[in-house]
Amino acid sequence: MALAPYASTGQRVWYYSFRVICGLILFFLIAPIITIIPLSFNAQDFFTFTPEMLRLDPEGYSLKHYREFFGTEGSPGLGLIVGLVIGTAGAAALYFWRGAINVMPIIAGAALGLIIGKMWGVEGTEWMTPLKNSLKIAPVATLISVSLGTLAAIGLSQSHVPFRRAIMAILISPMIVPLIISAAGMYFFYSRIGLQGTYWGVVLSHAALGVPFVIITVTATLVGFDKSLTRASANLGANPVTTFFRVQMPLILPGVISGGLFAFITSFDEVVVVLFVGSVGQQTLPWQMFTGLREQISPTILAAATVLISISVVLLVTLELLRRRSERLRGMSPS
Amino acid sequence: MTDANGTIVAADGRPLKASLNRALRREKMRAFLLILPLLAFVMLSFIAPIFDMLFRSVQDDITSRTLPQTVIALDDWDYEGTEIPSEAVYEALYYDMFFAAEAKKHTALGSRLNYETTGMSSLFRQTGRSLDDMGEDVIEAMEDASEALDDSAFWASIFLTQDSSAGSNAAAARAWASSIADMELRLPAGAYLSDAAAETLPNAARQYAAFAMFTHSVDEDVPAEEDPWESVWLALAEDLTAGDLSYDGVGAEELAAVQAAVTAPMADFTYTAAFLDQDEDWADREVIGTIKTFSSPYTAGYFLTAVDLELTPAGAQAVDEDVQIYITLFWRTLWMSMTITFSCILLGYPIAWLMANLPDRKANLIMILVLLPFWTSLLVRTSAWKVLLQQQGVINDTLVWIGLVGDGSRLALINNATGTIIAMTHILLPFMILPLYSVMKGIPPSYLRAAKSLGATDWTAFWRVYFPQSVPGIGAGCILVFILSIGYYITPEIVGGTKGVFISNRIAFHISSSLNWGLAAALGSILLVVVLGLYWAYDRIVGIDNVKLGG
Repeated sequence: MALAPYASTGQRVWYYSFRVICGLILFFLIAPIITIIPLSFNAQDFFTFTPEMLRLDPEGYSLKHYREFFGTEGSPGLGLIVGLVIGTAGAAALYFWRGAINVMPIIAGAALGLIIGKMWGVEGTEWMTPLKNSLKIAPVATLISVSLGTLAAIGLSQSHVPFRRAIMAILISPMIVPLIISAAGMYFFYSRIGLQGTYWGVVLSHAALGVPFVIITVTATLVGFDKSLTRASANLGANPVTTFFRVQMPLILPGVISGGLFAFITSFDEVVVVLFVGSVGQQTLPWQMFTGLREQISPTILAAATVLISISVVLLVTLELLRRRSERLRGMSPS
Repeated sequence: MTDANGTIVAADGRPLKASLNRALRREKMRAFLLILPLLAFVMLSFIAPIFDMLFRSVQDDITSRTLPQTVIALDDWDYEGTEIPSEAVYEALYYDMFFAAEAKKHTALGSRLNYETTGMSSLFRQTGRSLDDMGEDVIEAMEDASEALDDSAFWASIFLTQDSSAGSNAAAARAWASSIADMELRLPAGAYLSDAAAETLPNAARQYAAFAMFTHSVDEDVPAEEDPWESVWLALAEDLTAGDLSYDGVGAEELAAVQAAVTAPMADFTYTAAFLDQDEDWADREVIGTIKTFSSPYTAGYFLTAVDLELTPAGAQAVDEDVQIYITLFWRTLWMSMTITFSCILLGYPIAWLMANLPDRKANLIMILVLLPFWTSLLVRTSAWKVLLQQQGVINDTLVWIGLVGDGSRLALINNATGTIIAMTHILLPFMILPLYSVMKGIPPSYLRAAKSLGATDWTAFWRVYFPQSVPGIGAGCILVFILSIGYYITPEIVGGTKGVFISNRIAFHISSSLNWGLAAALGSILLVVVLGLYWAYDRIVGIDNVKLGG
């Protein structure tokens, strides 16, 4: 929609003002998120830019809110070293077994070691304990929704499923029903069966909330799946299990992983259900932020927010890479 | 291949049709088995809780459970009449209340009935404290008449026996006591309610059995070592004065002495007077009427409250003007959700149009700008708005700096409806842009060019050709945004103050602060019906299968 050379003055004015309007809307979308990043480096306990910050005076900036957020507990250094050693050993084992040099185990080992090391023994701290609880709940909930969800999505994508529409409606409903209603229902029901206020209660509720995302992404990947590949595999003598793991799984893996990321972020970001189903022992990071926002707001919340923004950027990039890989695997050109 | 009859057969000799049917059945079965684990999981962890909530919105058995005899006795009483309830009602009330007070259940019932009629909570609490003093004169006369009654073991020897042939005399008492205590009560192992006592001293036997079960099951003490409650004494006095004493079991002589002494004080004693001495309110038609109205195990009361009506003994009525909050709240929720949806169309349409008409590379860049807020934690976005919208926040500071508003007249952007609308429009905008974009991407640009080459102006071409084709996208986006906003809780709670909150905030309040779970469930059920209706519409218009995440 480039501007035509013969455009009238009116058209030119509209063309440029439309661009300006769109620019302003995009500014509205992004600015609130971008603004709080510099604010989190404020040396004062204020929620606005101080004169020092506006003059770009280094005095006006500090990392104190981050020091407050991360605290000094835990031993990230030790964890990093242990993780690196285990990761390197894994990479070496892989090299001797398969003969391929792969750095992924080293990176994964280091990252996991760092996180576990940092989370070791942070009980009773204001921000790290909630973060630890979040990290204990989200992966388990994700695992449950991804494993059950992938199987169900494969079942749903077959051509003759009785009551497909009704089943789909039930499986998607956790995404549609307002969270406050889910939270209320789970609070009542889980109190009856003794799951209210327990770790497993929170995990199960989060797993249920993550299911629709897994179903949607995996069924979307399966729509483009070429059925003749499984038939060819069966024809060549593979049993269904082998076919699943060697042919189907590698092809739908990008969809499974992005569904998993959605489920993870749903649990990691969820606050309404955990407020009702959880007890103090399961206080998660969003819960802590919510309490902070509602009662006495401290600037450390901005540091926490910035950390969460960084996590979302990483997840967004991962997802985009996965999408491109999935399209390449399916023989489409990445757009 | 064909067989002798000419039907087509498969390689194994079966008719092809049967063989294909079998294969189809097996395929269906396998698909269903793959879905089953998840279906069972979602049913248990999600659908069952939703049904539990629906059930709770009509369930109301606390009155019939805590005052079982009173509720039955009240059947004969008419709210419209002018009489106070009969002596039998107060007698039943005394024994029900006494046991409920021992089991500490009467305050819960008082709080429940207080939702309907104010003052019930304190009435129940105060009366619960003074039940011990009712019939003091009678009990003193009994104590004076026989020393034996001060001995706990003497009571046990009258009512309890080791003789297992006594069987299930205690069944009625057990059902009654278990209902009030809300748990299974039982007599100690090897102890039974004696036949002789159960037949000739029915009231006392029933009360003693309840006392013994409670002592054994809840206090975990031995009944024969504990002094019986005052209710047991009064029940015994009742039985002794009911007529000729035909009791001839253990302690018959002592009881005969007590009978002689108790006749005079019992003649002066009525349960009605005992209750009215405690509090005149026990004769109040509203109080008794409330108990009668809520005596059924199921009620429409919560739903009526949720729409600003109340269930009174005289039927459903509108509550006073100044306490009507729920209808206002429902309207506000709808009105604000519509405003938010409309703002989202207004802001989302241009962006979606721009993305659909730019070259892929630039469109992808804009897509990332749209997806970044979509992926950012809800709490982060809400805290950003809380920080930005404050009186001393960045937006007000900037406006003052530009000179648009004076320092003294900073805008109130937070803790009101404005704050909620701004923050939620920002949060829900990606949900409008994404479906709009996917619809617009499918509209061929050549239509617009054709319209223009046929002489349409830019506006006519857009309004008559492009816009009608983008309507499905608007519909999908609107329903999605509306569904999401109508049930929002977190953002209104933080930036909405009191004027910018939704019905969800009221539900949360009733669950965690006022503990009126039934009302919370009724409000939730109404909201759920609205959302499911919209979900159904969304399914018809867009199809659930076409929900896409992140483009």
